[in-house]
Amino acid sequence: METLTFVLSGTVIAATPLLIAALGELAAEKSGVLNLSIEGMMSLGAVAAFIVVKNTGDYWLGVFIGGVAAMLLAALFAVIVLFLLGNQVASGLAVGILGGGMAALIGKPYESATVPPMPSFPIPILSHAPVIGRGLFDHVLLVYMAPAIAVLMWWIFKSTKVGLVLRATGESPETTHAIGYNVLVVRFLSVLFGGFMAGIAGAFISIASATLWSDGLIAGRGWIVVALVVFGAWRAERVALGAYLFGAATIGQLLVQSIGVEVPSQLLTSVPYIATIVAIALLSMDGKRIRLNAPVSLGRVYREAH
Amino acid sequence: MDANASANQALNLGKGDTPLLELVGVTKAFPSIVANNDVSLSVFSGEIHAVLGENGAGKSTLMKLIYGVLAPDSGQIRWQGQDVAIGAPAQARSLGIGMVFQHFSLLESLTVAENISLTMPGETPRGLEERIAEIGGRFGLPIDPRALVHSLSVGQRQRVEIVRCLLQRPRLLIMDEPTSVLPPTGIPALFETIRRLASDGCAILFISHKLEEIRALCQRATVMRGGRVIATVRPAEETNETLARLMIGRDIPTAARRPPRPATTPALQLRNLDYQPADPFGTTLKNIDLTVRPGEIVGIAGVSGNGQRELAAVLSGEATLPRAMRDSLSIAGARCGDWGADKRRRLGLAFVPEERNGRGAVPEMSLTKNSLLTAHRFGMVRRGMIAFAQVRAYAEACIKDMDVRCSGPGAEARSLSGGNLQKFIIGREIGLKPKVLIVSQPTWGVDVGAAATIRRRIIELRDSGTAVLAISDELEELLEIADRIHVIFRGRLSPSLVREEADGALIGGYMTGGFVGGHDARTAVTA
Amino acid sequence: MTRTPWTIEPRLGGAGRSVLIAPVAAMSVTVLIGAAITSSLGVSPLRALYFLYIAPFSTLFNFGEVLLKTAPLLLIAQALAIGFRAKIWNVGGEGQLILGAIGGSLLPIFFNDSDSMLMLPGMIALGMTCGMLWAAIAAWLRVRFNANEILVTLMLNSIALQLLYYLVSGPLRDSTGYNFPQSVQFPDSAMLPLLITGTRLNASLLVGLAATAFAWFFVERSMIGYKLEVGGAAPNAARYAGFSETHAVWLSLLIGGAAAGLAGVFEVAGPLGQLQRVVSPGYGFAAIIVAFLGGLNPLGILFAAVFVAVIFVGGDISQTSAGVPYAVNTILQGVLLVSYIAARLFVDYRVRLRAPLRFERAQLQWRH
Repeated sequence: METLTFVLSGTVIAATPLLIAALGELAAEKSGVLNLSIEGMMSLGAVAAFIVVKNTGDYWLGVFIGGVAAMLLAALFAVIVLFLLGNQVASGLAVGILGGGMAALIGKPYESATVPPMPSFPIPILSHAPVIGRGLFDHVLLVYMAPAIAVLMWWIFKSTKVGLVLRATGESPETTHAIGYNVLVVRFLSVLFGGFMAGIAGAFISIASATLWSDGLIAGRGWIVVALVVFGAWRAERVALGAYLFGAATIGQLLVQSIGVEVPSQLLTSVPYIATIVAIALLSMDGKRIRLNAPVSLGRVYREAH
Repeated sequence: MDANASANQALNLGKGDTPLLELVGVTKAFPSIVANNDVSLSVFSGEIHAVLGENGAGKSTLMKLIYGVLAPDSGQIRWQGQDVAIGAPAQARSLGIGMVFQHFSLLESLTVAENISLTMPGETPRGLEERIAEIGGRFGLPIDPRALVHSLSVGQRQRVEIVRCLLQRPRLLIMDEPTSVLPPTGIPALFETIRRLASDGCAILFISHKLEEIRALCQRATVMRGGRVIATVRPAEETNETLARLMIGRDIPTAARRPPRPATTPALQLRNLDYQPADPFGTTLKNIDLTVRPGEIVGIAGVSGNGQRELAAVLSGEATLPRAMRDSLSIAGARCGDWGADKRRRLGLAFVPEERNGRGAVPEMSLTKNSLLTAHRFGMVRRGMIAFAQVRAYAEACIKDMDVRCSGPGAEARSLSGGNLQKFIIGREIGLKPKVLIVSQPTWGVDVGAAATIRRRIIELRDSGTAVLAISDELEELLEIADRIHVIFRGRLSPSLVREEADGALIGGYMTGGFVGGHDARTAVTA
Repeated sequence: MTRTPWTIEPRLGGAGRSVLIAPVAAMSVTVLIGAAITSSLGVSPLRALYFLYIAPFSTLFNFGEVLLKTAPLLLIAQALAIGFRAKIWNVGGEGQLILGAIGGSLLPIFFNDSDSMLMLPGMIALGMTCGMLWAAIAAWLRVRFNANEILVTLMLNSIALQLLYYLVSGPLRDSTGYNFPQSVQFPDSAMLPLLITGTRLNASLLVGLAATAFAWFFVERSMIGYKLEVGGAAPNAARYAGFSETHAVWLSLLIGGAAAGLAGVFEVAGPLGQLQRVVSPGYGFAAIIVAFLGGLNPLGILFAAVFVAVIFVGGDISQTSAGVPYAVNTILQGVLLVSYIAARLFVDYRVRLRAPLRFERAQLQWRH
């Protein structure tokens, strides 16, 4: 029973930052922008939030500043790919490297420092339920907010004008422009949103789950996030499913360790990366599925006509 | 007739009145061309007004200026006598201007209602469904609001575009080459819709280069050439010849042709081909039999989107068949269904695709490097290294042979106009001395002079013993060059008609599935 | 909807000499930002500039270090650029380098007292093979499953690092080395010859230069290079001409894997002299920047590699002499690529402010 509680709790904690950042990336990709700088944005968000919490003790301010810091980096990325017509892959890598470096530099004085974990928000009644109570309903608010945002985004894409415009922009910026929408503004806002979410995800890791800062804290999660969007075939509900499956896989690795199976720790550390590769391969196999779901203009430079 | 008369009446009434829309001295320049030069034009309520001109005359640019997609460099646009600056399509729509584009502005992955809601602020797709049905019923444009656009035929998509405009209750409707996507049998219904609209008081700007249609439909016509207005005429009082001379500035050249002398052994043959494209939005080809012999031109007619793309890809080798279906295709006697494009080219296949930039040529590369694309086997590569002198010579020969207007073999493909690039690509493929040439949309967007050159060269190639397959949306073009014509409809190929028996009515019937028996024929009406 | 107050048109007919604008602008911005960051950390701007950009050239040893770091950057960037031109995004240079280092270490670890002439060639062959095999995973997954090579190669980087950690703390660890996570020292026969005494510069630079010459012929003159370029510039045109995408993927990734693997061998057979937890200060990533900064052009890459090597060495010097954190290095690499991409706009396109009336100018440009 203890184990099950541990598994549930560990799964949602591991999945939450992945899901939050993936939903942000989903919005950007839906509008046609492939943002490969998530790793750097999460790092920057993580360090910014950590510094705020360390100095003020205000966790929500930390979350907010973490989001804003990453959003500023996202704004730089957006300017380069939208207004300066930079190749999205190269620009994403560049801004990601920059963000990682900035996080490392800003965080230098705080290297290996810790903060007390963000206070949790037990849900009344539910949190007293056996097993699942402490497993699922005794966490910081962000843990519950993540799936709520997923539902919200699913609804936005499915039934609102905003979602429609976003999908339209991602499918054909030329057509969307022709019928009178400002493609650059739509994409800019989507990328900003993606950056904000990545920053919050980073903040969650540094102040709620790991509760420390060290260079390399994000450890490739930003890339797993990009993979999750592919995994979820650009649909919010499947991205959420993917994030929780991934969280479970991470926990499985801890479980194996805890029951004392002799496996090199490095192999266990590699499990999420291997799982990502396997997931991408299996889900990309069906080209039709990708073609039907992927935003058609994803990754393409769009130049406004006259 | 009644509708026409009442519209004429409205026009006469409008004579002393202010025009609904008036353009005065409008000019729009792009970096390489002045697309509209001092253009003036007026349209009255209830009038069906044609803008006539050949490809590149500046019609589309002019319409985009009126619709706010582009902004003029100089000149005035007046709406009901008032100077207006139309900065955006949304503003045009709020004035009461609607536009049906030649290349539709519909998003394939969205439903009809979703697409329409994007141009209707404050409306939800659900809420629009009823009104879409209502407008459709009133103007003879039936359409399912919940259908996904990618599942619709081109003709149905046009209906969506028109319904979308009509929902805004436009005072002026711009239609850019609306008949180009319809089978001949679909045109009368469209004209009926247009006349009903005009009799409701809506002004129509009808863009076309088809003289017959303009004479049948329009009360006045503004003729454009080289970005300028040449004349404004009453088309009913003109003949095709006088209109053509205004439009082109000289008589339309026609290609001289001799009767074909085809050999007996087929150079290109498809037997009982079934093909499901990888693209989920593509058309499945069913049970296709096709034979092209050396020394003849076979045409494939049909409304676009009925499998032409897929057929071209299967023949060119851009799409390959599974091994088990190798025998379905033979080129120059070799069974090669599962061979790639490169291997098929070695059999003597050449292919001119419908997209020039990005498929037939690499836009950023010079014409020299673009020659290498398909001509590299002709002594241009030695031990893996490119012999650029040979390549340049080949490019120069193509340029000279086809009279390609460019700065030389070093010019980037994207710097050429569509027509010139097409001439270059055709020159390059003809230079390969192919046994089989497949040409897709040989003269799309090409001006009349270049089109004549291209058609002449295709006929010459036939006379030298090449088997030619021409796929085109323009029936007139096929009637001019082809020796036999098939029609493609929903992935099926009609029996072939020899030139003499191919008349407009018969082919028009085929284009809506008249050759298919049973169930398909009954559903064909909606095409 | 509002219009942007400027218009952007492709610049036709090649950019000519103005291609140099972008890298020069990017380097200038990087120099300035480098000085700004360093001085904000309490080092005076002039001293910062000196440490970062002058000191690397100030002594023979330091300059040797610059050239020593140029070699792997050059080698990997030339190979990556071939793939990038084909729009095949191998960002796994780091992982392939690690695998090369591992493969190259096997012979000197297991035949530690050998002085065979075949030692180095054997190491090179093994290291390149390992790098290629690692890249082949990504190629196979892309060709067979259509798996995105960016994500796969990135994940493989992380896995390669874990594999290295495992090996140096287990199977390949020096059993007499007080449990330090590193292998035995390599014998002399396994070491690259030095080029200049008084420096650590070794023969890897010559290989890097040879790779540059090879890359130039490959890109500018060979039919295979042309096919790859067409695939990158216009995939539909490549399909039309029948140039196989599968070949392009395999070729690009294998060339990248081989070059990165070779660079890995050169690290362990050069400055390191053994296999250890850190075999590269991020050459695999930095090479991506070098490739872009060089405009994906073999000659451009040569200069870009030297510049990025200067950042590496200048960063090291600033760290030891003035305590500037290593992170500044990473930031400058990011700044370099960001500003290069930004500057590229003005090379590839013609940017003009919208003027209210442009008829007169338009007439001047009338070409038809």
